[in-house]
Amino acid sequence: MPMYAFLAWLQTHAEGLPEHRIANIFEPRSTPGDMERHIANLTLGITGIIFVVVGGLIVYTIWRFRRKPGDDSRQEPPQVYGSNQIEIAWTVIPILIVFILIGVSARVIAAIQNASPPHSTLKIRLIGHQWWWEVEYPDFKVKTANEIHVPVNADGHTATYLQLESLDVIHSFWVPQIAGKTDLIPNRVNYMWIDPKEAGIFFGNCAEYCGTQHANMLLRLVVQPQNEFNAWVAQQAQPAEANPVDPGVAQGKNMFESLACVNCHRVQGTTATGVFGPDLTHLMSRQTIGAGVLPMNHQNLRDWVNDPQNAKPGCFMPSMKLTDAELDQVVSYLESLR
Amino acid sequence: MAEENVLTAGALTLEQDWKMPDRGTVGIIFLIITKTALFSIFVAAYLIYIGKSLVGPYPKDVLELPILATICLLSSSGTIVFAEHALEKGHLGQFKLWWIVTICLGLEFLTATGLEWRKLIVHDHLTISTNLFGTTFYSLVGLHASHVTVGMVFLLLVLAVTLFRFPIETQKRRVKFLSWYWHFVDAVWVVVFTVVYIIGR
Amino acid sequence: MASIDYPLERPDIEDTGWHFAENLYRWIATVDHKKLGLMYIVSALIFLCVAGVMAVVIRLQLAFPNGHVVDPDTYDRLFTMHGTTMVFLVGMPIVAGLSNYLVPLMIGARDMAFPRLNSFGFWIFLFGGLLLYYSYIGGSGLSGAGSAPDVGWFAYAPLTTKSFSRGHSVDYWALGVLVSGFGSIASAINVIATTISLRCPGMTLSKMPMFVWVMLVDAWLILIALPPLSAGQIMLLLDRYLGANFFNTQHGGSAVLWQHIFWIFGHPEVYILIFPAFAILSELVPIFSRKPLFGRPAMVGAVVAIGFISLGVWAHHMFAVGMTSWSNTFFAASSMLVGIPTGIKIFNWTATMYGGRIRLLTPMLFCCAFLLQFLVAGLTGIMLAVAPFDWQLHDSYFVVAHFHFTLAGGLVTALFGGFYYWYPKVAGRMYNETLAKWHFWLFIIGFNLTFIPLHFAGTLGMPRRIYTYAPGRGWEIWNQLASLGALMQAAAVTLFAWNVIYSAIKGEPAGDDPWDAWTLEWGTTSPPPEYNFEKLPVVRSSRPLWDLKHPNDPDWKYE
Repeated sequence: MPMYAFLAWLQTHAEGLPEHRIANIFEPRSTPGDMERHIANLTLGITGIIFVVVGGLIVYTIWRFRRKPGDDSRQEPPQVYGSNQIEIAWTVIPILIVFILIGVSARVIAAIQNASPPHSTLKIRLIGHQWWWEVEYPDFKVKTANEIHVPVNADGHTATYLQLESLDVIHSFWVPQIAGKTDLIPNRVNYMWIDPKEAGIFFGNCAEYCGTQHANMLLRLVVQPQNEFNAWVAQQAQPAEANPVDPGVAQGKNMFESLACVNCHRVQGTTATGVFGPDLTHLMSRQTIGAGVLPMNHQNLRDWVNDPQNAKPGCFMPSMKLTDAELDQVVSYLESLR
Repeated sequence: MAEENVLTAGALTLEQDWKMPDRGTVGIIFLIITKTALFSIFVAAYLIYIGKSLVGPYPKDVLELPILATICLLSSSGTIVFAEHALEKGHLGQFKLWWIVTICLGLEFLTATGLEWRKLIVHDHLTISTNLFGTTFYSLVGLHASHVTVGMVFLLLVLAVTLFRFPIETQKRRVKFLSWYWHFVDAVWVVVFTVVYIIGR
Repeated sequence: MASIDYPLERPDIEDTGWHFAENLYRWIATVDHKKLGLMYIVSALIFLCVAGVMAVVIRLQLAFPNGHVVDPDTYDRLFTMHGTTMVFLVGMPIVAGLSNYLVPLMIGARDMAFPRLNSFGFWIFLFGGLLLYYSYIGGSGLSGAGSAPDVGWFAYAPLTTKSFSRGHSVDYWALGVLVSGFGSIASAINVIATTISLRCPGMTLSKMPMFVWVMLVDAWLILIALPPLSAGQIMLLLDRYLGANFFNTQHGGSAVLWQHIFWIFGHPEVYILIFPAFAILSELVPIFSRKPLFGRPAMVGAVVAIGFISLGVWAHHMFAVGMTSWSNTFFAASSMLVGIPTGIKIFNWTATMYGGRIRLLTPMLFCCAFLLQFLVAGLTGIMLAVAPFDWQLHDSYFVVAHFHFTLAGGLVTALFGGFYYWYPKVAGRMYNETLAKWHFWLFIIGFNLTFIPLHFAGTLGMPRRIYTYAPGRGWEIWNQLASLGALMQAAAVTLFAWNVIYSAIKGEPAGDDPWDAWTLEWGTTSPPPEYNFEKLPVVRSSRPLWDLKHPNDPDWKYE
């Protein structure tokens, strides 16, 4: 579809990975998604046959026994009250079909939910916030937001385990081409696993209504080859520069730290230690701003810092009412966070 | 009209023998069923939240078995039956007596609940917002107590009617329904008692 | 005997011409089941139009990516109020209204068992509904801006707790729905007592019209399913006003508990809502096919089975909350099982038509559309019951499409059929058949144009309840088609409203029995007198008027 291709081209291609904007559940790229597609196809097949048979019967009956125009005779058709044999037949057949589906469902449910992780799995803690995703790699002491980087399952033995939590209301993790949903529920820990088999950027959304900006709680799953993933993690683990050399950036850093920004945002290695908003240590390595609401570039970043309520009305980041000069300083500092 | 012609041989006797259940009886039974559904959710919530409180006081520290109140409420189910029987037989004096005893027993129960709550709130500092125990305890016991209170209002109404010498003997059905409701409230207490004071403690 | 202790004549309620104040008083003070039934249905239709307008605004907002018709908060309120209104202020009063108007007539009674309770039920329902809508004025309390609830009709905790929903909009939701629920309970007890105690001589349960059977089981479901919601709302209000911790996750409360409580109510609720459609089909299909209902005992068995199985399927709304694999399997199985009695019903309706002489007038056309659309809804329901498939489909537009197929394609479609069918009985005049056919085609095409595409949007990963979406994700075309369909549906409903009002004044007089029907309501005048029947009927079969019209070949010889 050329329009989609064009729009996809407009989007930044930070890492040269193919972007899967169209999140078709019938084109899965991961084992759970694949199992779900298989059972979906089976179900679609069975229900499709039922639809054709029963629907056909209904249409045939209506057509065959309709009263033709002009037929006004008051002759009543034979009065038939029922038939036990027929009742039994159309009770037993659906029961058999249902039992097949129950059996298959039980198997797939167990296969997905009760799978035990291989030894070398990546662990990710995903924490839902109104309206962004906090992504933590506990083994690497890395924190990021709204983009989950995972290694591709090239050898068939690499999986990623997600520990899903929420700090406020219920959210739901859904990257359709990778796996079905699992909710992020406050005061409860859920788990799920994925093993994307193809490098690329997969689009997802929060799938449980979580308030005003539920629509803009978007998510990208960045699936990278193992070596690129390792490089990414190593880079993310670096703290930010404590004393920037560039005077403009240093000025911006001072401005940033003098503002209320630091109450909510953390920049590792500096005095900014807030936890309510996304970690900004490597802000510029992300593809989007505001959980997917804007593509990351200079103008968007400047507009966002100027007043986030324009792009994402109702979100919890206020406009700091900065002057143009102050804004430039803060943005130049943010742009140094690579 | 249609029905004239539908009458065929035998239909007339059908009409005379046609007995349906009393609608009031049906109504009160289904009212009790729907109330049961309401209570079961609160009971389920209580059971689910047993032992989930993050802070004290906990049930084992502060709850005492309300033995006297329980005996009062349960025996009031008996006295209301005596009252009903007396009314059935036309002994108005006995009816009044048993009715007043029932009311007293019910009042004793409500008073005991009130004193228990006072102790829990003033002495043990357990309120509905303290912890999950407080939340579920006050809502379940309170829901039950509110049903006892409603029953009490109707008991008093019947008493007033009787004392003002209105002919209560014409209202036997309604007295019977009230007594059924009262039995229901008692039965709920048995469940609440078991859940709150035995399982939950 | 309870059923015949009414005076036969009531000269005091004879109509004495049009005096506005007097008539108003008569309607407000009435305890007549037909007047109350009509008031239920008219309020439901008004609420239907209000919620329909909301739906159109929603569709306009989503017609194009990055839509700017309404702002996010307004949009969230729209879908919350649309859902809440459609379920509690349209579906529920339709149940109450239909059973109020028709049950006593069909069982040959002069009124409901508790006429004053009936009147109380209606007014408390209406009060609850108006209270909910008052939130648009009073929702934010003193600040004066006003706002309706924006937490969805399902009102998931902890979004509804004080920390995440300040102001009073959620309180209006909880109180309004709680209060209108009392009305539904009152009406349900009334229906049960009426059908059990007031049937006319000879009408044993096995001879009771299928419509009444379905409404009886419906009332039973209301009694069992609605109190859990009331309990949940009481807990929510305790949380919000007294600082209780039921759903306060910061104090150890459980967000999942609300989901359980809500869906213990919520799933039986969708059967409560669809039952009037089953009831209507079970009357209309036989009449227009000129054959008795095929497999009546199986139909009764199926509806009773649904009345029990549907109480044990609720957690299929919660496959994504991380239940154990055993729970998921159990609820997947029970949800699929409920499809079996539902299937039996579809088969029996089809068999009723088979071999008949089908008169394809508007009411029957709606029934035919119901059968096909409800079949689709049932089959997508099976897909959603397959838990692994549901992990993908849950909370996506596929679900939106599915339940609109059951409720709009099922319930509303059957309701239109039912309204046209009983219109001559209620109004005493015939509706305009040409307009009705236009309404039918416009509505059916519009409906399918709206909701078939949304299935595809869902499988392309479009989640529910989003106020906007970015271009390029493959959702545009489906949303545009859906929005176009929504406009067609709006036009169709306008035609319907016009037909109802116009025909009430200018329609042809209908006569007592325009359809050559078989149940008792067609044996009295159109509209029926306040006392329904001059003399209480005596019946010997489930089709008393058939017996009357075919004295040589009556039903009771076979039943």
